[in-house]
Amino acid sequence: MRDAFACVVGRDLVLAFRRKGDVATALLFFVVVSSLFPLGIGAEPNLLREIAPGVIWVAALLSSMLSLRRLFESDHADGTLEQMLLGAAPLPLVVAGKVLAHWLVSGLPLVAIAPLIAIQYDLDSVLYGVLVLSLLLGTPVLSLVGAVGAALTLGLRGGGVLLALLVLPLYVPVLILGAGSVGQVSAGLGGQGPLLLLAAMLVAATALAPVAIAAALRISSE
Amino acid sequence: MLDAADLECARGGRTLFRGLSLALRPGDLVRVAGDNGRGKTSLLRILCGLLTPDAGTVAWRGEPVRRLGEEFAKELVYLGHAPAVKDDLTAAENLRVALRLSGRVLPDKALQEALRQFGVPEGRPVGRMSQGQRRRAALARLAVSDAPLWLLDEPLAALDAPAAALVESLVEAHAARGGMTVVTTHQASRLSFSRTVDLDAAHA
Repeated sequence: MRDAFACVVGRDLVLAFRRKGDVATALLFFVVVSSLFPLGIGAEPNLLREIAPGVIWVAALLSSMLSLRRLFESDHADGTLEQMLLGAAPLPLVVAGKVLAHWLVSGLPLVAIAPLIAIQYDLDSVLYGVLVLSLLLGTPVLSLVGAVGAALTLGLRGGGVLLALLVLPLYVPVLILGAGSVGQVSAGLGGQGPLLLLAAMLVAATALAPVAIAAALRISSE
Repeated sequence: MLDAADLECARGGRTLFRGLSLALRPGDLVRVAGDNGRGKTSLLRILCGLLTPDAGTVAWRGEPVRRLGEEFAKELVYLGHAPAVKDDLTAAENLRVALRLSGRVLPDKALQEALRQFGVPEGRPVGRMSQGQRRRAALARLAVSDAPLWLLDEPLAALDAPAAALVESLVEAHAARGGMTVVTTHQASRLSFSRTVDLDAAHA
């Protein structure tokens, strides 16, 4: 059973490695979107410092959504998804492996590059730690919740827009807590509260989302 | 072993078949015949539990397949009309992943032997192979399978004569071992079927 999990993670990482372009697109999107704001708003340092956490988090949300479509679509098209549905391992375990691999190639690079983006906004360097930590806790939640939406809209025409409408409202709590934690620390309030809530959401999503994803996949592949 | 009773299937508001029953015993080799759009693929997907029938039940060793879940999946090889191979992986990698997902690990030698048997080039991504070679890469799963139930959707499509003969000999050997096979096909085949389910007749 654990072997099936490792197998799926390994397979998806190899696939991502052989299609580096797809991975780079989401990351570049994140970089470009978050760089547009300073250009549009103008170089007012105080304002930029103020909006930095929110902008970076919104860009992370959009970038995560952009890569969601890919999560199940190609497996659905070439029939390998059917084989996972008919696999010997429990489906929630297999999809958990897929989501983990997806986060490793789309979420983790984003977390790593976030401090670099923060420099553009002249964000106080003591806030880098909490920004990275909030993204580290929050982006897996985005992947897990988004995967439920991706599974539900699988194979639908116009599924891309529907997916955005379905998933973005669910991302709101993560956005509020993630950006809020950075804001709280910069206001000298600590910020443990939002971070702990994010951690709780991560635990809950890890436990529940794979089951929901598996059920959604069974429905949409009928 | 596999008992389907009173199956009814409607797709897109049209009833494909109704009251269809099928019982498979060890050694059975059943052909599902019918023109395009008569529900051959739907029947196969119902049998393996991917699709819920509108009425009727499918049972494996007396238990409903829906309830058995993975226990049933372990004893089944389903080859759909999509080849179920990833274009960016080599044939050997594809085969290894397929086996691990069905809970089995085979030595590399056995995998290579199966691929050689099917004449699939090694070390090249499947995406850069011809349609027929891709199909062979998918069918190589049959050569390494010890599952008692095979559900094959148009296994001979896009195959040349030697590959088709190889698949047919594998299916015959499977039946001789006491395995059960359901094959959908609309083309003539030299396999000796123990029964034919004619969906054209079921429809009329």
